[in-house]
Amino acid sequence: MSEPLRPEDKIENGDRRAFLAATAAVAGTAVAPGVLLYGMAQAKPAEEAVSAKVRWGMLIDTSKCSTGCTDCVTACNTENGLAGKTGPQDSQWIRKVEIKNLQTGAKHSLPMPCQHCEHPPCVDVCPTGASFKRADGIVLVDRHICIGCRYCMMACPYKARSLVHEPLTDQNPEVPRGMGCVEACTFCVQRVDRDETPACVEACDAAGHKAMVFGNLNDPESEIAKTVKTYATTEVRADLNLNTGVRYQGI
Amino acid sequence: MKIAFREIEGKSQGYWGLLAVLAVLAALGVGSALYMEHHGHIVTGMDNQIVWGLPHVFAVFLIVAASGALNVASIATVFGKTLYKPLNRLSGLLAIALLAGGLMVLVLDLGRADRLIVAMTYYNFKSIFAWNVILYNGFFAIVIAYLWTMMDQKGQAWYKAVGTFAFVWRLILTTGTGSIFGFLVAREAYDAALLAPTFIVFSFNYGLAVFLLVLMGFYAGTGRALGDKMVNRMKNLLGVFIAASLYFVFVYHITNLYFTKHHGLEAFILMNGGIHTLLFWVGQIILGYLLPMAILFSPNLGNNRGWIALASLLAILGGLAQMYVTIIGGQAYPIEMFPGYEVSSSFYDGVVHAYSPSGLELMLGLGGVAVALILVAFAVKVLRFLPERLDDEIVSALHGAK
Ligand code: SF4
Ligand code: SF4
Repeated sequence: MSEPLRPEDKIENGDRRAFLAATAAVAGTAVAPGVLLYGMAQAKPAEEAVSAKVRWGMLIDTSKCSTGCTDCVTACNTENGLAGKTGPQDSQWIRKVEIKNLQTGAKHSLPMPCQHCEHPPCVDVCPTGASFKRADGIVLVDRHICIGCRYCMMACPYKARSLVHEPLTDQNPEVPRGMGCVEACTFCVQRVDRDETPACVEACDAAGHKAMVFGNLNDPESEIAKTVKTYATTEVRADLNLNTGVRYQGI
Repeated sequence: MKIAFREIEGKSQGYWGLLAVLAVLAALGVGSALYMEHHGHIVTGMDNQIVWGLPHVFAVFLIVAASGALNVASIATVFGKTLYKPLNRLSGLLAIALLAGGLMVLVLDLGRADRLIVAMTYYNFKSIFAWNVILYNGFFAIVIAYLWTMMDQKGQAWYKAVGTFAFVWRLILTTGTGSIFGFLVAREAYDAALLAPTFIVFSFNYGLAVFLLVLMGFYAGTGRALGDKMVNRMKNLLGVFIAASLYFVFVYHITNLYFTKHHGLEAFILMNGGIHTLLFWVGQIILGYLLPMAILFSPNLGNNRGWIALASLLAILGGLAQMYVTIIGGQAYPIEMFPGYEVSSSFYDGVVHAYSPSGLELMLGLGGVAVALILVAFAVKVLRFLPERLDDEIVSALHGAK
């Protein structure tokens, strides 16, 4: 089966409804796993809001990204209600990675969020289906179904995910999070669904770097699609064939 | 010759003392889990780099040992070795108890242990983890049925069929457990198809070590006769399983050394990984394999109960060391995202991750062991699991009867 059971794809305010609908759908069939398997294979996500015609993507030009700038990280923390601490147990949805070529000595600085893989290992391994990919390519965790097993964190090649290690205060109501659940960059799905760009991209633009471009990879007229078509871009760990939604230029 | 099974009396001070100690350990384990549940995983040594910690070491060990503990029964049922038939009840019981203990630890370590019902009702059938949930539940059901065919007249007709099914199921179960790691392509330590068969061999080893220790413990404690004929066969078998484990570990590392891309990881485990290197060489190889093999195959020590018990204990400790190196060591070694680059970030990219387990995690792990042993100690008191005597005379008779 391609998609886990996902009756409601819009995450804002659809959260509870999704949970109830899913519960109802599952309750009816849970007694017979064979029936459940069939049911899941047939279940189609309701796609009123999200369509497979869209594949959201992000292109990051490392030559425009400067070492030491963390505007994208700060914006992400503010938007999504993260504390911004960087201890080993704190959540980081996007981080600045500094790399240096061991042969040439060339240095690059780049932001690293969840890569929103087309074939996400996190979704494959998730036992409950809490990790899922929307039709438009955004990979999310349904925090009502996540049991905190952390298998997805083991599976992600980019260490993109964090477990919420402690009780949370001051949450952004638009961005539900919860202790004991795993979370990651959502491409600011709440903004994207309002036709805005992710907070990190906006902050990078505002700072004048313009190192990040966000858009629909499936729309040939979009800036991102044109650039990807014209210039050489890279996927991190391309050898894994995950077809990531985040691509890089300049490395 | 007919074997008589009888409950143990379970009235002695030793018995109640044992239960009391185990109950305290179990309570501490559950208490730690509740504490973790309330405060979050912040109170553990786990973090976003080492996401599976000491509880997983114990849980996976117990689950792997559970399937191995069933081996004795399988040898009797599937391979027709009547000699082991008197022991197949204990074998089934241990398998269930160890699995229960392991699963308890696994579940209580979840970020949302309260959502167990979700884990049982929502399945993503692409996930090997979800398959494992089904495999574990099935294992309980099948082994209980298996025990019924052993212990109830009415079930006897099914004995062979159910026993064979249980044997196949447990092989699949351990393959599934090994595959939990085998499917993690992103992590170098686990990127090997060899992991599943290796786990099966480990399971033979750990399961038999636990079995032997428990068997000798109960017979010594209750003063029932346990002859050398039985013990010696089993300790020789344990020696062979340990040797097989060593062989598989050897092949695993040789294979990795052959592929250049794994050299960094191999150097980490074998040479410069600090605690992991130490646990590998001293814990797993020397204490877990070489020393017990030397004891078990030695003409003198190998005939002494105390030394056999020590060898079994060492095999178990070696197994825990192996799980630590496999699970924690595999995570401690940094994921290679940019080959050929030096990497650094605020999220600990490019550095070896440190992990120091908290007392809570240790208590949770030991709590699982305690629960498994309580189940066994209680079951042998209320049901007829243990043969009244297993002295050489009766064993010879059985052996002849095959
Ligand atoms: S980057 Fe990691 S968390 Fe994001 S979709 Fe890919 S595997 Fe999942
Ligand atoms: S931690 Fe949550 S999202 Fe991740 S695999 Fe487990 S249930 Fe799925």
